[in-house]
Amino acid sequence: MLGRGLGVLRQAIREQPRIFAVAVIGSVLFGSMVIVSAYVVGAVVGDVVVPAIARGEVGVGTLALAAVALFGISVLRVVGIFGRRLGAGYMQYRLQAAYRRRVTRRYLDLPLSWHHRNATGTLLSNANSDVEAAWYPIAPLPFAVGTLVMLVGAIVSLFATDWALALVGLAVFPALFALNVVYSRRMAPRQARAQRLRAEVSGIAHESFDGALVVKTMGREAQETARFAGRAGELRDALISVGRLRGVFDPLLETLPSLGTLAVLVVGAFRLRQGAISVTELVSVAFLFTVLAFPVRAIGWVLAELPRSVAGWDRVRRVLDATGEMPYGQKVLDPATPGPATLTFTDVHFSYPPAEAHEPGAQVLGEVGFTVPAGRTVALVGPTGAGKSTIASLAVRLVDPDSGVVELDGVDVRDLTAASLAGTVALVAQVPFVFDDTVRANVALDRAGIDDEAVWAALRLAEADGFVAALPEGLDTMVGERGTSLSGGQRQRLTLARALAGRPRLLVLDDATSAVDPRVEAAILAGLRASAGEPGVPAASILVVAYRRATIALADEVVYTEQGRVIARGTHTELLATVPGYVDLVTAYEQAEVDRAQERAYDDEVAQLPSGLEIEVDR
Amino acid sequence: MTNDERDARTETTWQTLRRGLALSPELRTGLAATLGLALVYMVGRVAVPVAVQQGIDRGIVGGLNLDVVWSVVAVTAAILVVTTACGYLMMRRLFTVSETALANVRTRAFRHVHDLSMLHQQSERRGSLVSRVTSDVDQITQFLQWGGVILLVNLGQLVVTTAVMLAYSWQLTLVVLVAFLPAVLVIRQLQRRLGAAYATVRQRTGTLLGAIGESVVGAPVIRAYGIAGRTARRLDEAIDNQRLAQQRAIRISIVGSSVGELAAGLALAGVVVLGVTLGVDGTLSIGQLTAFLFLVTLFIQPVQIATEVLNEAQNAIAGWRRVLDVLDVAPDVADPGEQGRDLPAGPLDIRFAGVRFAYPGGPPVLHDIDLEIPAKSRVAVVGETGSGKTTFAKLLTRLMDPSAGAVLLSGVPLAQVRFDSLRSRVVMVPQDGFLFDATVGDNVRFARPELTDEQLGAAFTELGLADWLDGLPAGLDTPVGERGEALSVGERQLVALARAYVADPDLLVLDEATSAVDPATEVRLQRTLDAVTRGRTTLAIAHRLSTAQAADEVIVVDRGRIVQRGPHDELVHDSDSVYGLLYASWLEQTR
Ligand SMILES: Nc1ncnc2c1ncn2[C@@H]1O[C@H](COP(=O)(O)OP(=O)(O)OP(=O)(O)O)[C@@H](O)[C@H]1O
Ligand SMILES: Nc1ncnc2c1ncn2[C@@H]1O[C@H](COP(=O)(O)OP(=O)(O)OP(=O)(O)O)[C@@H](O)[C@H]1O
Ligand SMILES: [Mg+2]
Ligand SMILES: [Mg+2]
Repeated sequence: MLGRGLGVLRQAIREQPRIFAVAVIGSVLFGSMVIVSAYVVGAVVGDVVVPAIARGEVGVGTLALAAVALFGISVLRVVGIFGRRLGAGYMQYRLQAAYRRRVTRRYLDLPLSWHHRNATGTLLSNANSDVEAAWYPIAPLPFAVGTLVMLVGAIVSLFATDWALALVGLAVFPALFALNVVYSRRMAPRQARAQRLRAEVSGIAHESFDGALVVKTMGREAQETARFAGRAGELRDALISVGRLRGVFDPLLETLPSLGTLAVLVVGAFRLRQGAISVTELVSVAFLFTVLAFPVRAIGWVLAELPRSVAGWDRVRRVLDATGEMPYGQKVLDPATPGPATLTFTDVHFSYPPAEAHEPGAQVLGEVGFTVPAGRTVALVGPTGAGKSTIASLAVRLVDPDSGVVELDGVDVRDLTAASLAGTVALVAQVPFVFDDTVRANVALDRAGIDDEAVWAALRLAEADGFVAALPEGLDTMVGERGTSLSGGQRQRLTLARALAGRPRLLVLDDATSAVDPRVEAAILAGLRASAGEPGVPAASILVVAYRRATIALADEVVYTEQGRVIARGTHTELLATVPGYVDLVTAYEQAEVDRAQERAYDDEVAQLPSGLEIEVDR
Repeated sequence: MTNDERDARTETTWQTLRRGLALSPELRTGLAATLGLALVYMVGRVAVPVAVQQGIDRGIVGGLNLDVVWSVVAVTAAILVVTTACGYLMMRRLFTVSETALANVRTRAFRHVHDLSMLHQQSERRGSLVSRVTSDVDQITQFLQWGGVILLVNLGQLVVTTAVMLAYSWQLTLVVLVAFLPAVLVIRQLQRRLGAAYATVRQRTGTLLGAIGESVVGAPVIRAYGIAGRTARRLDEAIDNQRLAQQRAIRISIVGSSVGELAAGLALAGVVVLGVTLGVDGTLSIGQLTAFLFLVTLFIQPVQIATEVLNEAQNAIAGWRRVLDVLDVAPDVADPGEQGRDLPAGPLDIRFAGVRFAYPGGPPVLHDIDLEIPAKSRVAVVGETGSGKTTFAKLLTRLMDPSAGAVLLSGVPLAQVRFDSLRSRVVMVPQDGFLFDATVGDNVRFARPELTDEQLGAAFTELGLADWLDGLPAGLDTPVGERGEALSVGERQLVALARAYVADPDLLVLDEATSAVDPATEVRLQRTLDAVTRGRTTLAIAHRLSTAQAADEVIVVDRGRIVQRGPHDELVHDSDSVYGLLYASWLEQTR
């Protein structure tokens, strides 16, 4: 643990060598002044006070010199403090900032499959508290290094003064150091446990508040509180055990140097009798023990923080070293042909990473193949859980297939640059995600060439202009975290407008109108078709996940999937004639109506029947 | 900053402490004993300078007397042993009491957040709510475990040292105090600036956490729209802003400790000059003067440490204030508790009497809703996006209270119904079905943990979902992932529906509960639901008009008003009405 902790510290020094040097120089200056001040105090007592009192008169010159020396030392100490604390603080904050930047950059680079495997709460604390924990010992580090130098200086000066007193120092300072090491050793597992429980408590709070609406509507507040209280109680016990250990060691660490001073008094008195030292030296050494007691604690602080630091560092490293990012390629689709794009799936297989790393992932898609020709609309139809959203994610390369290829205009999507890919395809996800930002920012996303006019045009196309215009501050209205101040359908249309604003050449709509009422959906689809025909407006190919017949009827081809396989492809009419599953799905409402009508007729009959029965029974 | 503001600030610090203590009376238990132990512990610190004085004056200067030195040292060592033990007992008591009290505060705050109204919960970022029961409380415990003890001990040390110094020489004590006076004034001033600087740090940390949160939760959008660059820029900005605020705070803090250090130098120099003069006069012995020099350092230490510890104290107080603030908010949609009434047994009927509603600071969303729905009926609510359907459902389930008018269930105004009764009898499936990161089974038995797997299996069978359940990799034990994201959206809705179903309510409110489920499954589900919910009141909000067709009655909402109601068959006759138009486009889309 100690070794690894020192490794983390070494890393920190490697990254910020100059500022660390400043801090250490400041700290050493401070430390030297502490030692010097002890000897000056000793000298003042021995060489100024004692003679002055003995002579019964004050030597103004020496007195002034002593006063100036004492104050001068203070000034130098201030310089040291400035260097040390400013250096340490800046170093800590810079390291934190640098690593936060690296960690969040990894979040942006790593693929969605990696995100799926990691809980949001974990990722949040990786970037926040783990980075903080990793660099926590940096704050007292320069102080500790300075103290080490100071200790060496103190021992040396002790030997220069008197070997017997030096032996007291040799006994006390290493003992102090050892006590500190034992302390941090004992503390490490307790701190780790407390830290782990803290994360768990936070995780429970996060999830529970995230699902606050469910908790509330089901009246489960008491049970949730019990769940939280259980873990909070464990955390309390862990913190109490940390505190108890502190209670044992803190007073001991304080008392040890005091005992040292007492020992100096005894040994010093002996040596004084032998005439080996002077009163000056005795006082100096006693003073040295008093002023050193506190800085030595700094070493303890560093050591005590090391376990937490290592734990934080490991978690940060896990993010930084995570592999499996989806690198983008170098190819760019020819911007000279702004027409609609062609999407092709060829023998695509896909499985989600399993919950347990050692198990194989369940295959979600197998042998999926179809084409969305340029300018055409293809409807993706299939029962719940068939894999439609997965296909949509593959189409915009949120995930990569296990095998097979997804191509845009004949180019494997893995070979495209990020900009080319994002400029070509747009996905409207099944669950709308809205940023805690203004309406404008949510639609434009700071993409080049999307001005207010384009934002309004997109909103119009998504039939969202009406409600946005009615918002108190129009485009500048903040929509709240995850868009809480909007209705479900409004959120959905906002994300639709976001996709349209980028004028994609392929639009992937994943059931993007489920919370939109039928009339509006019809209008949106009509708008999309119309813009496809308009000259000047680049037309888009459309892959649409849909259940509604009108939507399907607009499609040039229907791809019907079940359990991750493409069961059939063809026009709506063809599939209606040949695929029973498809028929069940798209005619479900009509069928239900027919059944209801029959039932009603039957009910009516039954309503009449009893009288008949009664008659029979009566007879 | 004006004087008034300053007073307000200092006052609030005390108020915060008082409020905090009032809220956690446990903190007071045995406080006297703890303080007593702390006092003894502090005596240990001044014991050594006194020993040095005694040793020098009586045992060394003016005739070496080793016996005296020995006895002084032995007595002091004994004192040290006792004070060390007292230190241990003091800390042990302090930590046990404070951690226990704070764990209770944490739990109470957690419960209180759940008791706040839905709107209140949504008005604050999730992360910030979480921090009120995590990092804010952690800040207090961290302070108590480290800074609190130091502050306590050092304040005591300051007092005891001053007393001992006074005993040796009031003149020299005066010198020390005068030397520190300017420093104390400057530090007080700095302390305020520091408070403001740390407030900025906290606020920017909040912004940063929000930015990180969105970059994690919004990962699919960021990737799909290729806006990683923009996101990275924003993150960098937030990270740098936080760092700059931290650096500013530490600069102020360093100026504070430097001032303390200079004062210390001044005090030492002054003591030497005056001390020698007094010594020559014969007022002061050499030992006393030496002890005094030691005492000055003991006096300096607390002042220096205090400047650092006070930062932490500021943070802890701010954290405490945030926790107390949330606890002080009275829930605006409150449980009437003991005084409340239970809903009458049996099926529930619904009445809206002159209900109006507007979201805080927004325009009216529902206008003068008067409505009666008889018990046991199956009602569909339809209307355009944003017309107020979800708002209607939230008022019906008392997630919010109307701005005017009242909602009554079986004649009892909702505001008078005990939550126990309300939440077990009225259940809503919200528009975005949230699942906990657990198994399918655990999610379904959320409201009734006592249900066995067999009973859950039976429930799925009743709903006609047995086949779907069997198709899952591990059946009821399949993990659903965070927020349910390891299931397809439709599957999530099935689980949320099953969860509400096993809760067995008398009034079931479905807000687009099957909007992502495929039509065949939806129709099947509807039938079984119809059958199993017969005898209860159900209210279903839907865009798919198939739901309306199957309902006993349809309520049409348009721009916050109820414009039509009646059975589907009647409403469609008027083809120019809102419903007529909705249905026409529905037909157009589904045929
Ligand atoms: N992150 C995930 N981890 C593991 N399994 C997943 C994950 N996401 C989806 N699945 C599983 O993959 C299958 C296909 O999911 P997908 O979301 O593609 O279905 P879908 O056709 O879009 O369904 P719906 O109509 O309900 O939206 C489902 O069985 C689902 O349980
Ligand atoms: N928390 C909120 N704060 C402010 N305004 C809100 C809030 N929630 C909803 N609104 C506004 O109130 C109006 C009605 O919203 P509501 O959610 O009731 O609509 P809805 O009929 O359920 O729509 P949808 O069919 O899209 O779900 C909308 O204009 C919406 O923007
Ligand atoms: Mg889906
Ligand atoms: Mg709604």
